[in-house]
Amino acid sequence: MRDTASPPVFRARGVTRVYRTGKVAVWALRGVDLALNEGEMVVLLGASGSGKSTLVNILGGLDLPTEGQVFFRDRELTRCNDRELTLFRRDHVGFVFQFYNLVPSLTARENVALVTEIARNPMRPEEALERVGLGARMDHFPAELSGGEQQRVAIARAIAKRPDVLLCDEPTGALDSATGVQVLAALNDVNRDLGTATVLITHNATIQQIAHRVVVLADGKVTRDEANATRLAPEEVSW
Amino acid sequence: MVGALDRKLLRDLGRIWAQTLAIALVLGCGIMMLVGAQATQQTLLDTQAAWYERHRFADVFTGARRAPASIVDDAVAIDGVAQAEGRITFTAMLDIDSMEEPATAQVLSLPERAGLNVPLVRRGRLPVPEHDSEVALSEPFAEAHGLYPGERFRAVLNGQLRELQVTGWVLSPEFVYTMAPGALLPDDRRFGLVWMPKATAAAVMDMSGAVNDISLRLARGADERAVIASLDALLDPWGGTGAYGRDRQMSHAFLDSELQQLGVMAAFLPPIFLLVAAFLVNMVLGRLIQLERVQIGLLKAIGYSAREIGWHYLKLALTIGALGWAVGAGFGWWISDAMIGLYADFFRFPFLIRSHGTEALWLGAALAAATVLIGAGRAVLAALRLPPAEAMQPPAPPGFSRGPTDRVLAWMQFRQTTMMIFRSILRWPARAAITLVGVSASVAVLVMSYFIFDSVDALADTIFGQANRQHMTLTLAQPQTEQAVRDAHALPGVMRAEGAYAMPVRLVNGHVTRLSALQGHFPGATLTQLVDDDGHVVTPPEDGLVLPETLAAALGLDPGDSLRVEMLAAPRRVLDLPVRAVIAQGLGQEVHIAAPALFAAMESVPQVNTIHLSVRADDIPALHAAIKATPAISGLSDWADLRRQFDATLAENLLIMVSIYTLIGALIAVGVVYNAARIQVAERSYELATLRVMGFSRVQVGYVLVGEMMLLTLVALPFGWVMGYGLAQGLVVGMSTDVIQLPFQISRRTFALATLVVMIAALGAALIVRRRLDQVDLATALKARE
Repeated sequence: MRDTASPPVFRARGVTRVYRTGKVAVWALRGVDLALNEGEMVVLLGASGSGKSTLVNILGGLDLPTEGQVFFRDRELTRCNDRELTLFRRDHVGFVFQFYNLVPSLTARENVALVTEIARNPMRPEEALERVGLGARMDHFPAELSGGEQQRVAIARAIAKRPDVLLCDEPTGALDSATGVQVLAALNDVNRDLGTATVLITHNATIQQIAHRVVVLADGKVTRDEANATRLAPEEVSW
Repeated sequence: MVGALDRKLLRDLGRIWAQTLAIALVLGCGIMMLVGAQATQQTLLDTQAAWYERHRFADVFTGARRAPASIVDDAVAIDGVAQAEGRITFTAMLDIDSMEEPATAQVLSLPERAGLNVPLVRRGRLPVPEHDSEVALSEPFAEAHGLYPGERFRAVLNGQLRELQVTGWVLSPEFVYTMAPGALLPDDRRFGLVWMPKATAAAVMDMSGAVNDISLRLARGADERAVIASLDALLDPWGGTGAYGRDRQMSHAFLDSELQQLGVMAAFLPPIFLLVAAFLVNMVLGRLIQLERVQIGLLKAIGYSAREIGWHYLKLALTIGALGWAVGAGFGWWISDAMIGLYADFFRFPFLIRSHGTEALWLGAALAAATVLIGAGRAVLAALRLPPAEAMQPPAPPGFSRGPTDRVLAWMQFRQTTMMIFRSILRWPARAAITLVGVSASVAVLVMSYFIFDSVDALADTIFGQANRQHMTLTLAQPQTEQAVRDAHALPGVMRAEGAYAMPVRLVNGHVTRLSALQGHFPGATLTQLVDDDGHVVTPPEDGLVLPETLAAALGLDPGDSLRVEMLAAPRRVLDLPVRAVIAQGLGQEVHIAAPALFAAMESVPQVNTIHLSVRADDIPALHAAIKATPAISGLSDWADLRRQFDATLAENLLIMVSIYTLIGALIAVGVVYNAARIQVAERSYELATLRVMGFSRVQVGYVLVGEMMLLTLVALPFGWVMGYGLAQGLVVGMSTDVIQLPFQISRRTFALATLVVMIAALGAALIVRRRLDQVDLATALKARE
């Protein structure tokens, strides 16, 4: 499924992001170069404040760099306006967040349907939920689900639109080890079965073992970028 | 020194300033109406009392055909009478250079003996008996014509054309509100008051040693009814026309009914605004306390007592109350100034005793404090009850569960964003209910406000469109035979002339009596007709009476009952007549009878004392000239002109009034929707930001917020219509006086306009809040947990 020969899904060139509050300038990214290939699962590793969330936000069209260019396939995201970025997110990107960000007033099925109603070529909400093993709990509200289940609903919601890329920001950050493994397994299955390029942010070094490639960020710069010689299945890791 | 908690209070207020302001404005509106109406009412009351006292306004009034002057001594002898004044009064037609048509005047002799109803000289001096052409004029009339002291004009006095000279302008406590007999609006150009020395009046009317008008001032604690009965008995042989108290004195009755209506204003609308404000305080403070759970827990943990924390939040509520009070008091003062200015056009006082409305300000302060404290009560209690440990935990996520409504929603196959709207309403029904109550109150206030115009329209339509189709009405100095109608028909430009006859009567049912007029309706009359409030023409039956509802109710009569009618003019018969019908009639308190039945009872040939004309517009100048030269005519009303004046008065005030009502009514909707939407955004910004992240456009995300507000607004509309209907009904009852009964009629236009204003106000408020969603930083929204 992985196709390293084809052009990358994302290319970032010299991406710099500076936040200014008053007279204080905070350099979140300092000239990052990165490429993400089709079907690849990349773990983005780094300490808190290393710039990994900023990078993923920029890749996902939630933020724009102060300097540098970002391309999604042939399209330069750094030239898009707000409306174009909205459509880009709608059509191409699936997000998974640390705190799930489910809509509490919608059931699992309805949370997924939220996305399928506006997507171009979505799968059925039921299918997405079955993929993450929640076929039996579709009509439950978020408050009636465990943390791991809520995160799997979030994954189902992210993949239901058949995105080109899945961006996951600390998806196991709020979960215990056993539950976290279930979530990683769900992400791994999606990557394997649908070939969705996946970026997984974590500060948990153990998780890097399930990736095709590991990129380490420190102080706003890429300090390491290398493929894993051997991948572990999610079930084989724990923390 | 400002303590740390107080500093927090100020910063909290700074943070929610817009919400605070919205609540303060709603509260302020209520206080404004209270203070405005009460300060105006008190000013008019104080001014009235001082004016009456200083110029000795009489308590009881009566007329007679002709009575010996000595009757005044007999009147003073009546138990309970302190002073009595006899005078001579009559109507006259005036020929003024500044106008083509004749003006009408009531001529009065100046008080001599007891000095009751003393006119105040505003310019020049009073006339003296030595010069029999000298007169004083009422200030508004003189002003309207520029008749300054020294100027001259002509008048037909008792059939003789005389030239009179103005010596001065005066105002009288008897004529604070001046309206020609039978007119509908004051008209300072066409109707005036003329004072002359008693000797001059006696010479004009050939009434030396006689009077035809008596006023009494009562001793403290006197029984007015007993005095009236004695006075009636005393004057009966002299053609007494029935004594009455201040309550039936026209100027006083109009002023009084205005004061009553101000009282209704002060009592009716403010509670709605205070109620909505209390709900809003509850909503906003409840939300704030929920948001500050952790801080409350912390404060408790470091040793602040529950009392101190409770007081902290109550102070916040009281600050909102104080702000609302200040806004309301300020605008109340301003509005009362404006209203008093408006009243100055209708009520002529020589001075104003401006009331500071202190009572209203205190009452307003107490009500404002009560409003915010009641509103804050539940929320603050919840804060007090929070155990410190629990308070420092984030609140549990809102639990949703599936209920029967979900099946309905699922069956409707709504989009998920629409589902979010419905679930939010169902999850927080109390909050939705507050929005509903607020928005429907807004609709109701608007329906009630606009309804006044429907009512006035209906009134005008009845008066001008159906009841009175004549162009002019002539009043005759004396009743005449029907030949007068034929003579009138021969006047230039007259196309149709119809006679009418009315006679002053006293109606007696058991111990209840009322002064009224018995109106004879000639068969076949088309220019004037008896019309009820539903617009139906009522033809008096061949025998018996038709009574307006309010009069029948006052006398305790139903159709079929018998009513004693005492004629107060020749031939002064006493009749017992059956009541045949009772009709709803907003204006007019007369008893109606078919003219043939009336003349049969009088054993008299048919007579007329007014003549209604339909005329050709081109011939009106010639007609006016002919009327001026006809001594038998003592008065003229121009109905076309009356309509023009009525419309002009209405148009002048309509835009201002509609704007003010709209602003006030819409303010409730804005205050409620703005606050509800702000809370939604505060609680759900992360949820809504998530939608943006997932690729929903601003419009689609805004729909969740604005859609909920507009859905609640839509649901609130019918409640508002019903509430407004009820309020309008209450208003009709509250505002109806002996002088006027507002017809109860609400047009579709009123409902539509109220609906439109509230929809726009709610949409505007929701859209303003929606803009805050644009400011939510998507990247941080994803990380943050509330």
